[in-house]
Formats: sequence, C-alpha cells, structure tokens
Amino acid sequence: MKPSLDWQHDIDAIVVGASAGGVTALRELLGALPADFRPPMLIVLHLPRHRPSTIAEVLGAYCALPVYEACDKQRIERGSVMFAPPDYHMLVEDEASVALSLDEPVLFSRPAIDPLFSSAAAVFSNRLLAILLTGASTDGSNGLAAVRRAGGTAWVQAPEDATASMMPAAALAYAGAEAVLTLEEICQRMRNRA
Amino acid sequence: MRDQEAELRDLEIRLLLEAVYLRYHYDFRDYATASLRRRMTQAMMKFGCARISDLQHRLLHEPALFSQMLQYFTVQVSEMFRDPGYFLALRQHVIPVLRTYPSIKLWVAGCSSGEEVWSLAILLHEEGLLERSLIYATDINTEALKAAAGGRFDVANVAGYSKNYQASGGKASLGDYYTSAYDGVIFDRSLKKNIVFADHSLSTDSVFSEVQLVSCRNVLIYFNRALQDRAVGLFRDALVRGGFLGLGNKESLQFGTHADAFEPVVREQRIYRKIAP
Repeated sequence: MKPSLDWQHDIDAIVVGASAGGVTALRELLGALPADFRPPMLIVLHLPRHRPSTIAEVLGAYCALPVYEACDKQRIERGSVMFAPPDYHMLVEDEASVALSLDEPVLFSRPAIDPLFSSAAAVFSNRLLAILLTGASTDGSNGLAAVRRAGGTAWVQAPEDATASMMPAAALAYAGAEAVLTLEEICQRMRNRA
Repeated sequence: MRDQEAELRDLEIRLLLEAVYLRYHYDFRDYATASLRRRMTQAMMKFGCARISDLQHRLLHEPALFSQMLQYFTVQVSEMFRDPGYFLALRQHVIPVLRTYPSIKLWVAGCSSGEEVWSLAILLHEEGLLERSLIYATDINTEALKAAAGGRFDVANVAGYSKNYQASGGKASLGDYYTSAYDGVIFDRSLKKNIVFADHSLSTDSVFSEVQLVSCRNVLIYFNRALQDRAVGLFRDALVRGGFLGLGNKESLQFGTHADAFEPVVREQRIYRKIAP
C-alpha cells in the first residue's frame, strides 16, 4: 500500500478514466486542482462518437489550469489537463506527447480508458498515478492492471460513492488498487497534494 | 524509471520491425510507438506467441503469417464521408479552385479499404469534375487496395454512410450510386473509371505525380514525427503551388517541420493550401 504520494518527486503524470456520471465527477475533480498543480492530467471520458465535444471548454470553466482536447502528437505540458477527443483513442506516445489512434473501439467505446492507461503505464511506469471514476462499463480494468504491473499507483473511486458503480467495482475485482477513495477524498488529496 | 520488462519489450519491438524491414521491405520503424506496442501485444495473443521475439521468429519464417499481420497492422476501417464537414468544406472551398484547372489530379494517400476514395469520386461526379479528374489512391497494403478497388461495402454500415453523405452536401441520394448484393452494396463501376489504385509507401517511396489535392486523413496519426515530416514533405513536393492538403480533423501541421509551407484554408476541417514554391 502507498497511502500517500510525494507529488513533487514521485508522479510524472496522472491518467483519469470516467464514464456514466463522469461529467459531474470530473467537474469536482478538476475544480479541486490548485493553480500550481504540476503533474499533467490526461483524461478519457466516454463520449458520443459522432459529434464534436465541448467537454474541454465546459469543464475548463471549473479548473484553475488550462484544459484542452488533444490533437495528434500534442505535447504533454506540466500544469495542464488534456481530454481525448471524441472517436479517437488517446495514447501516451512518450513522456512529451500523446498520439491518437482509430483502432477498433474497446468495449464499444472510442475513446476508451484501457488504451490510455496501458500506454501511459508503458511510458511512465512507477511514476504514474491512475484514477478510475464512475462508470457503467468494464473499460479501465485491463488498463488499471497494466498500470499496477508497471509499478504505478491506482486509485479507484469507491463503488458505493460512484454514480455508476460497475466500472470501479469491476476494476477493483480485476486489478485491485493502492487506494479506494470517495470522490471527495480524491479531491482532497489533489488539493493537499498529499 | 522504467522497469526492465518494458525496456526489453521495446527492444524486441525494434528488432522485429528491423526484421520485417529486411525480410519484407515494409518499413514500420518510424511508426508511432504507442500504437505499435498495442498492436504487437494484440498480435502476440492472436498468433499465440508468448514473446515478441517468438512472433519475430515466426514472421521471418512464415510469409503467410506476415501477410495476415500486415492486415492487422495497416487496415483502418473508415467510413464513407467520415466527418461530413470535411467533404462539405471541400465542396465549398476547394472545388471552385479545382474547377479552374483543365485537368485535375488528386491523391488519396493511405486509402486503405477505399471509403474515402469512393466518397471523393461521388463528390467530383456531382460537381461535374470526375470526367476530367484522375484520382491516385495509394496504400502499402495490396489486399486493402484490392478491396478498395472492389467498391463493395458492408450493408450494415450503409445507413450511417447515407447520413454522412447528406450532411456533407450530397446532391442526390447515396442509393443512386450503389446496388445491393447479398450482405453488401457495390458502388457504380463508372465512378472508378478515373481512379488509379497503386501500391505506394509514404515511408520509402517518393513523389510520383504533380497533383492539385492531397487527401491524407488519419494516416499520419500512426507515424512518429520524423515520418510525419517525410510524408508531409512528399505532399508538399507533389502539390502544385496553391494546391490543397486535407488531413484528419485531429491532425495538425503545427508540430511538424513543413508548417511554414502551408496556410490554413478551412482551419477546423484541417484543409491547408501550399504557399511555398
């Protein structure tokens, strides 16, 4: 168990996955990030595939950091939040950039959480924090397992605290986690960076 | 700090790509790493290999396996009129310029199974330009090229294509262009009279013609920056001055070395125009 993290030194990036109920949860999470928060945050929220998304603008209004939707080979900037665009998977290409892909949807979703988490694990290994939030899907289970295999840290929203419990419950059963937390506890850790 | 297992796997991937290049002359060495890792892992499972080295061994000794793997690596199933806004922008901003040329050459680079080529042919036909157009549809995958030339698509997808077509400013009904055949639809042969399907690699081949439009959508996302620069360099060299380049709607020239050679025409649809000589 790693109950606390030294943010300045241990974490180079944070990946977040959310599905049903995710907009509300992410609004709280992004709202909790202090303006001097350094690790870049990469997010997959399951989205309708065939229309442009306004999620980055909408949630950007609640966040002290710049929030934007990724383009291919977009640079990963410290102190920023990046969303996967609709109908593309977002992968971590290297420590400095993401890559998009039109590979098959995973569990009917594109973007999907597994490709983001797995690709981030391959690049950041033990310097990665993965957070899996509410959702009615089993996406994220494989990705979370990959994160933990690579030595990264997994936080999962407590199923009873989630709007939709299936995704966190499935991931806990399949991959386990370093911590099972309520959304408020996750937000608190962000605020305290502890 | 990366763990040793991850380092080893990346080393094995590099060796496999080198082996594939030497044995089959397909060059994936500058493909984007994250996607390659993902597909290699899937290929290992699919072909029952415990390690990437085992997969490499089999690929070297079994050409049939390589051709299966090639499908796996390169075939991107697209949609006809994917991102209707792109095709609408072509109609509104590019067609009027193309119309001024006595003969028009277009290049669909990385055409895969052909959805975009056929869409473009329909668009040109409706604009009255197909007769004096020549479309080069290129890909590295000869099986995909064969499928593209067949112009046969799964009937399950046609409703979605029709919706895209209408949203793209289509002037008729998509149904006017195909006939049903079992569980598929086959597009009108006359549309492909002026399409040349050809084997061409953006990694290893050079420019083969001067063109007024290059459409290369969601191909560059699979390349690393160096290979993206090579490909965009080919497009720049192939395009006439003032010629158009269309990319996928999450692809951008801004991170590459040729950004200065182009200016945006319809920025949100990723349609650019060559400004440099």
